[in-house]
Amino acid sequence: MAAEINNSELPAIEFDEVVKSFGERGRRHIVLHGISFSIPRGKTTVIAGGSGQGKSVTLKLVLGLLRPDSGRILVDGQDVTQLRRGELRSLRTKFGVLFQGSALFDSLSVYENIALPLRERTKLTDQVIEQRVMTTLSQLELTGHENKFPAQLSGGMKKRVGLARALQLNPEIVLFDEPTTGLDPVMTQEIYQLFERMQKELGYTAVIVSHDIPKVFDLADQIILLNRGEVDVFTSVEQIRDSKKPYIREFAEMTMGELFESAGSGC
Amino acid sequence: MVQEQLQEPDIPSWAKPFARLGDQFLYLLTDMGRMGLFLLSTLAGVFRRPFRGGELLKQLRFIGAGSVTVIFFTALSSGMVLGLQGYYSLHKFGAEGMLGSAVSLTLIMELGPILTALMVAGRAGSAMCAEIGIMRISEQIDALECMAVDPFRYLISPKLLATMISVPLLTAMFDVVGIFGGYLAGVKLMGVSSGSYFNGMMQSVTNHDIRLGIIKSFVFALLLIWISTGRGYFVQQIRGVGFGAESVSKVTTQAVVMSSISVLIFDYLLTAVLL
Repeated sequence: MAAEINNSELPAIEFDEVVKSFGERGRRHIVLHGISFSIPRGKTTVIAGGSGQGKSVTLKLVLGLLRPDSGRILVDGQDVTQLRRGELRSLRTKFGVLFQGSALFDSLSVYENIALPLRERTKLTDQVIEQRVMTTLSQLELTGHENKFPAQLSGGMKKRVGLARALQLNPEIVLFDEPTTGLDPVMTQEIYQLFERMQKELGYTAVIVSHDIPKVFDLADQIILLNRGEVDVFTSVEQIRDSKKPYIREFAEMTMGELFESAGSGC
Repeated sequence: MVQEQLQEPDIPSWAKPFARLGDQFLYLLTDMGRMGLFLLSTLAGVFRRPFRGGELLKQLRFIGAGSVTVIFFTALSSGMVLGLQGYYSLHKFGAEGMLGSAVSLTLIMELGPILTALMVAGRAGSAMCAEIGIMRISEQIDALECMAVDPFRYLISPKLLATMISVPLLTAMFDVVGIFGGYLAGVKLMGVSSGSYFNGMMQSVTNHDIRLGIIKSFVFALLLIWISTGRGYFVQQIRGVGFGAESVSKVTTQAVVMSSISVLIFDYLLTAVLL
């Protein structure tokens, strides 16, 4: 019981002086330069930054799909970098992940894709699995599409199926990797509204990696900006706008032009 | 590139070829190590629950039943060619009666296991390598790991099991059809007596020869499935194959070439050790 109380007080995810580089000997590039930050439990954190700044790498480090060169990554107080394969597998049951390309299994139907984690990770009967899958399909407005294959779905539907699959095991933390890539602005808006609704309903910790700025900031309780391997943490768009750091100002001007203009006219 | 490049110690120009050689050696060692671990994880996956019976049947249908036609025609033509060439050579010495023995021993100990493995590597091995490679680059394998589903048990082990069941059975079929092909060419076309063809075969083929053929087919099956799926699984870690679709196509070619060469090398080694 005491452990549960302690856990609930801990941040969901913590990065402590994490360094990550890629490439072969003689051609190595440092992507993350000893970054430290924490992600609060039950809130939505957006990780933003330009292309190649290590946003997706950050998510893969959290999941233990990549190992850092040095530093600690704590999930519920457990250091991911020190876990063995079996321990890592059990830690991953806390996560739901929506991949950039949705990563749906091409040879499985929508229904089978969503049912897969329940079939593989639980001992639920086929009847219960069917009930749960059909409920999720209806929550995400996918009823009637259960027999289709991923190749027959639009980009927005693939994302919703990916989200449905990610939520099947009631994860404590849901990671979204560039969830609106390739979607039109209307669909992007719909997907963000859906994320907001699901997060409020289920209360999970959401981490969204995106360069879809400023739209994604509307969802954020915390914003983490990655730039040249370093990290800046903000709790509001205003904080970013008012930052004195030149590269933050440059980033904000380029990505949040409209907000800047409206702020300027307001003064 | 926006990231900072790590400073590596300067290597004098005279030492660069050695550095490259050492680098290549280390890469080879790493690759062998990860392929070794891959095989161990796949073998362990065979015994993990839940058992994927449906997937095993699907793979048996694809690898086994799907290869029957190609194996049938390869075996028939090989047997007929062996029958004709064997007759041509033996006729010179008046030893046509040995045709059944020559055809059956060649097929059971050599051609059956080798040609079956090469055909399955070309047909099913390439397809499995491409499938796993595409699943890797489209993050489907990452998705499995994130769902805490063991990708070895879920994806690779049913393929391994199906190949280990299918290839020996296909080899047996190859032997039977090949012997029938030799019979057609030697007995029906060239006029060798049917009795001497089958009698020669029964007198010369021993249990040891059959056992050698069976052992070879199991070893070849393991080699081809290991290399095919392993190359696909590590598509993003293999040097010099590029990225995306290009990497999958290059790795698929590499898998077929590597498994074919391995089959031929192991054929010699097994023959030398077990004959």
